[in-house]
Amino acid sequence: MARQPDRPPPPPVVQRLRIRYAKRGRMRFTSHRDVARALERALRRASLPMAYSAGFSPHPKVSYAGASPTGVASEAEYFEIALAEQRDPDDVRRALDDALPPGLDIVEVVEAAPGPSLGERIAASRWRVELREVDQAEAAAAIERFLALGTAPVERLTKDGTRTVDARAAVVQVSVDGAAPEGDFAPCAILDLVVRHTTPAVRPDDVMMALRQAAALPTPVTPLVTRLAQGLLDETPSASDGTPDHPVRLLDPLAADVVEAPPQ
Amino acid sequence: MPVQTIFDRLEPLLPSVSKPIQYVGGELHATVKDWDEAGEATVRWCLMYPDAYEVGLPNQGVQILYEVLNEQDGVLAERTYSVWPDMEAVMREHDIPQFTVDAHRPVKAFDVFGISFSTELGYTNMLTALDLAGIALHASDRSEDDPIVVAGGHAAFNPEPVADFVDAAVLGDGEQAALRVTDIVREWKRDGRRGGRRGLLLRLATDGVAYVPSLYDVDYLADGRIQRVTPNQAGVPWRVSKHTVMDLDEWPYPKKPLVPLAETVHERYSVEIFRGCTRGCRFCQAGMITRPVRERSITTVGDMVQRGIAATGFEEVGLLSLSSADHSEIGEIAKGLADRYEGDNVSLSLPSTRVDAFNITLADELTRNGRRAGLTFAPEGGSERMRKVINKMVTEEDLIRTVSMAYGNGWRQVKLYFMCGLPTETDDDVLQIAEMAKHVIQAGREAAGRKDIRCTISIGAFVPKPHTPFQWAAQLDWETVDKRLKALKATVMNDRNYGKSIGMRYHDGRPSIIEGLLSRGDRRVGAVIERVWRDGGRFDGWSEHFSFDRWAAACDVVFADSPVSLGWYTTREREQSEVLPWDHLDAGLDKDWMWEDWQDALRSVEVDDCRWTPCYDCGVCPSLGTEIQVGPTGRRLLPLSPV
Repeated sequence: MARQPDRPPPPPVVQRLRIRYAKRGRMRFTSHRDVARALERALRRASLPMAYSAGFSPHPKVSYAGASPTGVASEAEYFEIALAEQRDPDDVRRALDDALPPGLDIVEVVEAAPGPSLGERIAASRWRVELREVDQAEAAAAIERFLALGTAPVERLTKDGTRTVDARAAVVQVSVDGAAPEGDFAPCAILDLVVRHTTPAVRPDDVMMALRQAAALPTPVTPLVTRLAQGLLDETPSASDGTPDHPVRLLDPLAADVVEAPPQ
Repeated sequence: MPVQTIFDRLEPLLPSVSKPIQYVGGELHATVKDWDEAGEATVRWCLMYPDAYEVGLPNQGVQILYEVLNEQDGVLAERTYSVWPDMEAVMREHDIPQFTVDAHRPVKAFDVFGISFSTELGYTNMLTALDLAGIALHASDRSEDDPIVVAGGHAAFNPEPVADFVDAAVLGDGEQAALRVTDIVREWKRDGRRGGRRGLLLRLATDGVAYVPSLYDVDYLADGRIQRVTPNQAGVPWRVSKHTVMDLDEWPYPKKPLVPLAETVHERYSVEIFRGCTRGCRFCQAGMITRPVRERSITTVGDMVQRGIAATGFEEVGLLSLSSADHSEIGEIAKGLADRYEGDNVSLSLPSTRVDAFNITLADELTRNGRRAGLTFAPEGGSERMRKVINKMVTEEDLIRTVSMAYGNGWRQVKLYFMCGLPTETDDDVLQIAEMAKHVIQAGREAAGRKDIRCTISIGAFVPKPHTPFQWAAQLDWETVDKRLKALKATVMNDRNYGKSIGMRYHDGRPSIIEGLLSRGDRRVGAVIERVWRDGGRFDGWSEHFSFDRWAAACDVVFADSPVSLGWYTTREREQSEVLPWDHLDAGLDKDWMWEDWQDALRSVEVDDCRWTPCYDCGVCPSLGTEIQVGPTGRRLLPLSPV
């Protein structure tokens, strides 16, 4: 039998909170592990009554839903925490946001309602891709070539060597968004990209690689990528088909918790 | 003169380098002040730890100075670290200078560039930083626009190998010294920078706050030894002394330590519970150059931990010192902190503990609220005779008693640190390490009543250091070190009863020879460092970057047609009369006393700790006007009142 520490077991979980946060500005260079460490310290500084795991190395109960890659900004990252005492979600949002460095910003905190887990409510991401020094018309033409492809295999370097993913299959929608800011990097094409979460994952830079290789789009500057939303694809009959006039919609993964939470 | 941030140029390049978070700053408690906070009289420091961010960020010395300086009006301090080779290539390609991580300002724009050397293996990284910053490598080539380059840290007690590259070196505790340097720079600026760069260096030297190598001439004898070191300017002192902070309770830093986003080697709130050590281990440079012992009181330690944990959110508290269990009130400190953080999952650690000062009550307090990591002790020598030579007065009985108690109380893993290559060491002394480990396992199995306990022995090669009684000793050649370690490994692995319970960790002896060259070298070694760096030498403290052959080849070229060589600097024993390169730098230790202690070592004569026995005249207290400051104070830590 495994040895147990000779101290009382940790207090039980009485509340679960689901949290949406943003990675902005220079914080986009944090890795998932960096964010996890920063969050756990912020939870301590904010003096939240965290529930801890049992055992010799107790750790606070925090679980993360798929993290954005290092170097990518995000408006929609999610995690869930377990508390040993009840707290008002809005107080938690304020306290945690104050305790985090600027750029890691808490956007929304809701009490978890019964039903599907966070992971089960996320199946796709919407990305905003800023292609600096790329002309909009050129980008649109490349996208047309890309969408016409049956498959778009790209190679990616991973810890275990090179592996090939099909960048085309996971793309639900990609189009040039009209607005492009003036600035040092003009002209600038902005893409609206919706990618299904698959295994292995297809990331925005895989799609960019395919646009460069298979669709011959030159990208002189590293694209600036931001995740705008995560969620399930809206597949109701009235929903869109991914054409420019009917963009694909993602369902807010916290909506169910907000609606079903008991009135205060 | 406004100074531009380089961040806008850096940012688009960051996705292409490894671990970009280390270059963006934004740590909790990082400070960015106005460049012209006090107009022209603003004194601007750039502080560097010359290793990768993950190693450099937690460094206590840099964090303390960063906070002490930034608390001052009219002073700003920012930090820079060594960039990895991939980043160096990107910076060279895009013409981006060495920058600070706080406001991304170019290092060259600062007044003082302070570099903290815990180890000599950071010297090549200093050259990378100077070169990337656009600062001339040689102090003699610098212009009025360049910062004053100041070395600090333990290696600064012999800065001669880097005398070509640094403008000044500060010895000892940095808190007050950094403020004194700041005052001198400010006065010099207010005086219209009279005398230019040389005028400032002369002020620093004549004040005594810093050693300025260019104001001293070194003459050599025909056989390569130093004849004399003499000041070449009136008013420059013959010897420069170290700085000693005399009341640690008045300097409770770091108050708000930096909390990084990136992963670093130490993730804890560290508080020094005392400075200095008079145990008298003869190999230990830190123990010799930081005397006398000055304790921080139990109440100040308690206050610092309380504020530090609240400010950082760290889960671990490190009670730092050279031998933490020696604090006169360590039991009360450990119990008081464990009581305060009962149920909070805040764990305590004592990174340096002596076998003879350790007990299970203390160990239990340390692990009451948190994780029960392994226990670590450093007998340093495998045989009783060896431990007498190095004055590490720990008997095997002490060790066996302590580890038996530990295994009997639930610990499963004990780590033991040793050195190989100590003066007078024989093959058999090293094989005794295996015997000791076997006895530990044997006693542990009995105490625990089970067989699945482990002992790891970790062995480093001994490097003789300046300002220690072993400064005259011959360093053991790396071939013999490797031979002895291989024989030890074979003895451990071939033991049927205990071999599987003993782990062994060691490195080959070659990096230690280069560390020896850089530790006891003189100004002639500077050309070797520069040649190695020009040949691509970087991150010499990292085995994957270090190249012994590169260093050996550089020595061959630089020392050709000269009486000195790599072996001359390392494996040669020195005579009493030899002028050592650091003799004009004063750690307070009496050279005659050190020679006597060296002779005692050769006769296996031990010396006691002056905290508990009469003074043995090492010379530090009378020559520097310092004294031992130890408790007990008799005070206790009160429970924290809820806020």
